[in-house]
Amino acid sequence: MAQEAQKERSMILQKEMIEGLFNDLGKAKELGKKVCYTFIPGNLSELIRTFDMLPVYPEINALQSAMRKKSASYIKEAERHAHSEDVCTYVKCDVGMMMKGNIGPTGEKIPEPDILLLSYTGCFTFLKWFETLKREYPNAKVIMVHTPYQENATITPEMTQYMVKQFKEEVIPQMEAVTGIKYDEGKLKKMLALSKESEDLITKIFDTTKHKPSPIDAYFAGVYYIGPINIGFRGTQEAVDYYKELYNEIQERIRLGLGPITPEGEMKEEKYRLVVEGPPNWTSFREFWKIFYDMGAVIVASSYTKVGGVYDMGWRHDPTRPLESLAEYCMNCYTNLSIPQRIDLLSNCITEYAADGYITNSIKSCNSFSAGQLGMMREIEDRLEVPVGFIESDLVDPRYFSYSNIKNRLESYFQMLEQRKIIQEKEVV
Amino acid sequence: MKKYYLGIDLGSTTSKAVIINENDEIVGRGITNTRANYKVAADIAREEAIYDARFTLLSNKIKLDMESKPEFKKYMEDIRTVFQYQQFKRRMESLEKMLNKTVSEFSYENKNAIANKLVNIIENIRPQIRNEFIHGNLGSKNQFFRDIVSEKYNAEVAIIGKEFYEPLMLAFDKSITPVENEMVQYNFKELVLESMAVLEEKYQGLAGKQEDGSKEDWYYAELNAVKDNYKNVEFSLREHIEAIASEDIHIAKMVGTGYGRALLPFPEDCIKSEILCHAFGAHAVFPNTRTVLDIGGQDTKAIQVDSHGLVTSFHMNDRCAAGCGRYLGYIADEFGLSLNELGPEAMSATKETTICSTCTVFAGAEVKELLHNGEQRPNILAGLHKAIVQRAMSLIARSGGVKNEFTFTGGVARNQAVLKYVKQMVKESYGELTMNIHTDSIFMGALGGAMFARRNISADLPQKGKTIAA
Repeated sequence: MAQEAQKERSMILQKEMIEGLFNDLGKAKELGKKVCYTFIPGNLSELIRTFDMLPVYPEINALQSAMRKKSASYIKEAERHAHSEDVCTYVKCDVGMMMKGNIGPTGEKIPEPDILLLSYTGCFTFLKWFETLKREYPNAKVIMVHTPYQENATITPEMTQYMVKQFKEEVIPQMEAVTGIKYDEGKLKKMLALSKESEDLITKIFDTTKHKPSPIDAYFAGVYYIGPINIGFRGTQEAVDYYKELYNEIQERIRLGLGPITPEGEMKEEKYRLVVEGPPNWTSFREFWKIFYDMGAVIVASSYTKVGGVYDMGWRHDPTRPLESLAEYCMNCYTNLSIPQRIDLLSNCITEYAADGYITNSIKSCNSFSAGQLGMMREIEDRLEVPVGFIESDLVDPRYFSYSNIKNRLESYFQMLEQRKIIQEKEVV
Repeated sequence: MKKYYLGIDLGSTTSKAVIINENDEIVGRGITNTRANYKVAADIAREEAIYDARFTLLSNKIKLDMESKPEFKKYMEDIRTVFQYQQFKRRMESLEKMLNKTVSEFSYENKNAIANKLVNIIENIRPQIRNEFIHGNLGSKNQFFRDIVSEKYNAEVAIIGKEFYEPLMLAFDKSITPVENEMVQYNFKELVLESMAVLEEKYQGLAGKQEDGSKEDWYYAELNAVKDNYKNVEFSLREHIEAIASEDIHIAKMVGTGYGRALLPFPEDCIKSEILCHAFGAHAVFPNTRTVLDIGGQDTKAIQVDSHGLVTSFHMNDRCAAGCGRYLGYIADEFGLSLNELGPEAMSATKETTICSTCTVFAGAEVKELLHNGEQRPNILAGLHKAIVQRAMSLIARSGGVKNEFTFTGGVARNQAVLKYVKQMVKESYGELTMNIHTDSIFMGALGGAMFARRNISADLPQKGKTIAA
């Protein structure tokens, strides 16, 4: 997954972890392991591993297909099978990939699911996605957990109990039935302790953008950093080792006063510090990133790197309350926060990391991310008087990434920031 | 030596150039249609602006006379049009040569007959064009070479009939583009003197004519003054023409903007986003501007600016140009009208027909269906204009709404019907507020560019409350 020209040790570690997972998936039958498909937001990775299952994340497959320039043909395949143009492109990419043999990024066939586990219902598309997959894989067991939305910006004990009840009565018994393995809470607790360690580390990593220049790009490189913690390694020693290594590398960059690594080497001059809301575009990921680093823009925080978990405010998995903390984790994922909570979180990022601007990349096919983005942007603009910018693209459908439109808007935006800086400097003088 | 600053706005439909002096005053404007060769479009707009600047300088020399004597005012208006005609005439000669060459290379058996037809066409359209320019009958029509010539040429081909239709149209299509993309520089003095000779002939011709009462009184007052006194004006002009023609209009710095800006042969630091330029230009003319709406050929921009004229946020149309000038161009083609005839016809509507389609191409089909169902053309046009403004309003809402004052810029701001609906809808949604529209609306981007150029891009910011004397 890590494709930077400059290879740090952490990148090699990550590559090995991911290849290992896909190799295991390729040999799942031989290894006698059951396979659980699930989604990143609110994922119950530790519970899946407690039952010795291997996780598959369809949205990760989709974004990797896009980065390998295969998504267009997969989407076309899904549209040929009557999935409309308006359907989420992650879904269509995944369905198309399945129809074309379900070959994963390492060239191995991804095994069929034994379980389709939905542990976050904030995205209605997820529900429909697994309904579709259920038709294709009639032998798979579907487990759906209802995750209450944080309507009142808080998680009440009742909400947690409601979810724990579902884990105890639905999820765990069904996992036991499919895997033939008895639920082992001691094993889960050990993993949750490791999860907490990784979470502490990743929080410290994303907090390093406080430095000037920022040693990392918290969006374009950030999407690589969240890989291990999001795709099934949270709760493993491997993830802890990876994050320790990464953290040390970043500390070294800070010591040397270095800026972030880009595909074209080190960013020489940090001109603008930005906070970005919304997922990146995957089909033209490099071109998209290049527009930013060419202009000397570094992303100091992004909401997308919080999709797999919001750790900024101090929340952690807790081995002393295993099921309760899993429940809280599901409800605490970024898109399950209410709009005012998202505004607070992003405003906090802008202030904490001394950002010069705020940009929204609105995704055509992602309702759960895009709904409310304009209102959020206006509120942030009013509250912090920070220059805001709005661009539109898509996750994995190359037809919705217009390079010239995006470049034109971003160029205008950066010129606007430049002028504001000059004014501010004048006012200070 | 006096310093001047140039802004070039290379838009999708038209290319504009503005020259300002050291006091931010506009001294020259130039506009031409954007064509395949962007550099030529930019160069022609710049040359036009330089000619215009020379006329401004000339007018300044005879300022007192211009203010007190109607014949001076009228003469200066007329000479600019005739000057334009003189350039037009030379391009026309070039087109004639190119047409003959194209036809001579044809493999049609009857190519001699085609060549003869071509001679007839040229003979017919030449005096028509001359007459329109010199006697001020251009009306609200587009004044670009390609548009005027092709309109006349097509009309002539239609009279000749089917047999020659294909080769004649082919000859035109093959010849117009190279001629249009040819950069020709004219000698200002030579063209002015020629124009004066043409005007002399015109005014002499008018001497014996009676008023026909078809125009307003002031028109005859000016005309009568000029036909009796034009020699005085000529005398004054001849006094200054040498100096003005040889004056070095020194462009100290320039800035390019517009959607084609990256293709302009300017250094990178002289290229600026059109969003910033439009806002800066609009703010310079109307210093209290806080919201700018710019409707151009291919994009619509809603821009919020601060008290310095600097952009605080903006929103642009994505993926679809249904709310832009091109939509009107397409509709004009559908109705066989010229772009400038759309607005006035829409203004004569008795109601606005609802246009459902948000897509330019579908709107074409919808229009045909409506006509078929007996809807009146002005009403359909009114509906189409309203549809465009509705799109712009949604963009404004996304950018943060309208703040007082509101300034409307871009080529489409010249369309009276669009203007009517913008005023109406802004008032409905945001209440009574000051709305600014300037005759130079189309030049706002180029003006902003020139102003950035004068400020060496960004080192020196504009002073609050300062206005532009146009």
